[in-house]
Amino acid sequence: MRGALFLICAAALTAGCTEPSESVRIVGSSTVYPFSRTVAERTAAKFHQRSPIVEMTGTGGGIQQFCRGAGEIDIANASRPIKDSEIALCQANGVEAIGFRIGYDGIVVAAAPSNPVKALTRAHIYRALAKDLPRQGGFEPNPNRLWSDVDPALPAVEIEVHGPPPTSGTRDAFVELALEPGARAIPELAALEESDPAQFKARAGALREDGRWIDEGENDNAIIQLIRSSPTPIGVFGYSYFDQNRGVVAGVAIDGERASIDTIADGRYPLARSLYFYVDARRARPALANYVLEFMSEAALGPAGYLTEKGVVPLPAADLDAERKKALAFHERASALQVEPRP
Amino acid sequence: MSRKSQRRRRFAERAFRAVATGALVFAAGMFLLLCAGIAALGAEAFLRHEARLEIALDAAVLGVSAQASAAELGTADFRAAVRRAVAEAAAPAADTVSEIELNALISPGAEFALADALSRNSGLLGRSITIDAPLSDAADRYLKESPDARGYARLSAAQQDVIAALKAKGRLSRAFNADFFASGDSSYPELAGVAAGFVGSMFSVGVAILIALPLGVATAVFLEEFAPKNALVDFLEININNLAAVPSIIFGLLGLVVFIIALGMPRSAPIVGGLVLALMTLPTIIIVTRSSLQALPSSLKEGALALGASKLDAVLNPLLPAAAPGIATGVIIGVARALGETAPLILIGMVAFVATPPLNPLEPSSALPVLVYLWAESPETAFAEKTAGAIILLLVLLIVLNGLAAAIRRRANVYRR
Repeated sequence: MRGALFLICAAALTAGCTEPSESVRIVGSSTVYPFSRTVAERTAAKFHQRSPIVEMTGTGGGIQQFCRGAGEIDIANASRPIKDSEIALCQANGVEAIGFRIGYDGIVVAAAPSNPVKALTRAHIYRALAKDLPRQGGFEPNPNRLWSDVDPALPAVEIEVHGPPPTSGTRDAFVELALEPGARAIPELAALEESDPAQFKARAGALREDGRWIDEGENDNAIIQLIRSSPTPIGVFGYSYFDQNRGVVAGVAIDGERASIDTIADGRYPLARSLYFYVDARRARPALANYVLEFMSEAALGPAGYLTEKGVVPLPAADLDAERKKALAFHERASALQVEPRP
Repeated sequence: MSRKSQRRRRFAERAFRAVATGALVFAAGMFLLLCAGIAALGAEAFLRHEARLEIALDAAVLGVSAQASAAELGTADFRAAVRRAVAEAAAPAADTVSEIELNALISPGAEFALADALSRNSGLLGRSITIDAPLSDAADRYLKESPDARGYARLSAAQQDVIAALKAKGRLSRAFNADFFASGDSSYPELAGVAAGFVGSMFSVGVAILIALPLGVATAVFLEEFAPKNALVDFLEININNLAAVPSIIFGLLGLVVFIIALGMPRSAPIVGGLVLALMTLPTIIIVTRSSLQALPSSLKEGALALGASKLDAVLNPLLPAAAPGIATGVIIGVARALGETAPLILIGMVAFVATPPLNPLEPSSALPVLVYLWAESPETAFAEKTAGAIILLLVLLIVLNGLAAAIRRRANVYRR
C-alpha cells in the first residue's frame, strides 16, 4: 500500500511528500476542542513545527479510537476521566495512556436577561426535569408545568430547558453534577440509592420527554441563539460559551452561586468538572512533547494565559505544578528516545 | 362541450398557474433572504481593523539575553513587547488599563509575526519594527458594530478609551483581510482563513473527477452499447439508480472501513476524501451519460456502422463527442454536490482543525463546507462573520460551476439545431 501511495504522491507532482504520522493527531471532546486547537496553533508558531491536527469526535468516540491504537492517534481529549473499561481496552491494545488534568470547565444554566428565573437549586432542577417523580410509594410522570409548580417561591414561567444530547460529555457531567445530587434531595430517591444504586442512576439520569427538556445536538451556539431573545427558555452549556456571550445571556445562580472563574476554581460553584487529555506514551516524540509542554505552560494556563482567556478555569497552583512535572518528565522521555532532527 | 366545463377547466388552469408562481416566489424569496442575511454578515469577514504599532524588540522586555539563540527566542515574551507598544501608542489613555485588558485588544497574530521575523533575522533583536497588527476579535467586533446596537460589547470602559485614543492618533485602519484567503484555520477568528479548506476541497474534488469521470463514462457506454439485455444487467441498472439515492454518510462509513482501516490509507487526507466523493458522484455520472447517449439520434450510430465502423469506433467518434455537452453538465452537477458535502468527511477525519494548508493530497486537510460547520460551532462570536464569509465563497464556487453547466448546455443546443 505504501508503494501505491508514493506513486500517487509522485503523480501529484508535489515536493516533500511527508510521512502522514509526522503531525500530531488529536481526537476527542468538543468541550476541549477550542482549547486544544489554540495550543496546537501556538505550538506550531513557537516551535516552528507542523500544526497538530485536532478532530472533534466527542469524548467517548475519541477515547475508543485512541485506545484501539490503530489510527495513529497521539492524544484523546476528554471532558471526564477515562473509564475503567476504556483503560482495559487501552491495555489490551498496548496503548500506554498518560493522563493530564487541564483545569475546570463549568456547566452554566443560563437564560435571556428578561427571564425571571434567576436562581435555582439542584433539587429544583431535578424536580423540573426528571422524567418520573416519586408519589405515594410509586413513580408517576413529572406533573410540573411551571417553575412555580416545582417551588411556589419560583416565578410562574413555563419550564422549557434546552441542553446537550446523551452522546455529549457535557450531558454526562450535567447528570452527575446537577441531577444526581438533586435526586438525592428527595427522600424516596435517597432511599432508592441505598437499596439499588443502579436503579437510582437510571432514575436520576432519565430526563422528561414531553418537550420540557429538549436535546439540542452538540451545538452550544444554537442553544444560546434559542434562549437569548425569549423570556421562557433556559439553556445548559459549557462555561467558555457563556464567557464569550456575556451581556447576551445571564447566568442562573445554582445553590446560590453564580458561575465565574473564582467560584469554579475554589469549588463553590457546584456544576464544575475537570477536563483532561490522554497521551499515548509509546508515540513520544519531540513534536508531541512540545504540544504537551505548551499546554501546561505558564503562557497557556497562568493567570493571564491564553487558555485562561478562552475560558479554562486553571487548577490550584499545587495541582498545576504536579501536572507540569508530569509534562516535563514526558518531554525528557521524548528527547531521550529520539535525537532531535537537525533543522 | 358545455360552457360550464370550459369555465371549470379555465379555472383549473388559473389555479395551477397561481400555485406554480407562488412556489417560485417562495423559493426565490427564501434564497434572497438567505443571501441578504449572509452577504451583510459575510462582507465583514473580508475586512478587519489593524493598528500600526512600532514595537521595540528589547531583549529586557522579551525576557531573553542580548545574544539569544534560536531556542531561547522561542520562549521570548512577545506579548509584553506588543503590550508595551500599545501602551505607548495610546498614552495616556492606556495608563489605567490592566495588562490582561491590554492583551485582549491586539490579536496574537502580532506575536506570531514578531516571532517569525526574529527567527528569520536574529539581527532585529534590540531594534524596533513597525507592523500593522490585527486587532483582537473583541476589539474588531466593537469597531464593526454600530454604537447603538452593541449587543456584544465585551470591552471595558478603559479598553474603549484605549481604542478611542488609537483612533484619534490615526493608528487604526480598516484593511482587506488577506489572512482570510491565505491562512489555514485558526482558533483566533481574526486570523482564521479558508486556505487549508479550499486547497483540501480542490484536491478532493480533483481526485474525485480523475476517478469518477473515466470510470463513470466507461460504465455508461458499456451498459448502453455493449451489455447484453438480461436480468443481471437489469439488476445492475436498478442498483446504480439506488446508489444515487444513498445518504452520503454511508459512503463516509464505507471510506473509513475500506480505505482507512483495510487499506491503511492516511486519515484526514484529501485522497481518501476524493475516493469517497468519487464513489458518491459515480452513479450521477453514469445516469447522465446514459441519458445523453440515449438522446442522440439513432441515425448517428447507424450511419457510422453502415460505413464499416466497429461498435467501439462508433462510440469513440461520433457518439461520445456528440454526447459530451450532456456528460459535462452531469459531471459538473455531480462535482458541485460533492463540493458541498460534509457528512462523509466526518468519518474519514476531515472534520478537523488544520492550520497548515496541505501541499499534496496525502497531507491532512479539511474542506470548505467543513470550515462552515466548525466555525458555526465555535464559542467565539466573531466566528459568525467568518462562517458567513466561507458560505459566500462556497456559494460563489457553486454558482460558477452551475453557470458553466448552463453555458455548456446552451452551446450544445446550438449545435443540435
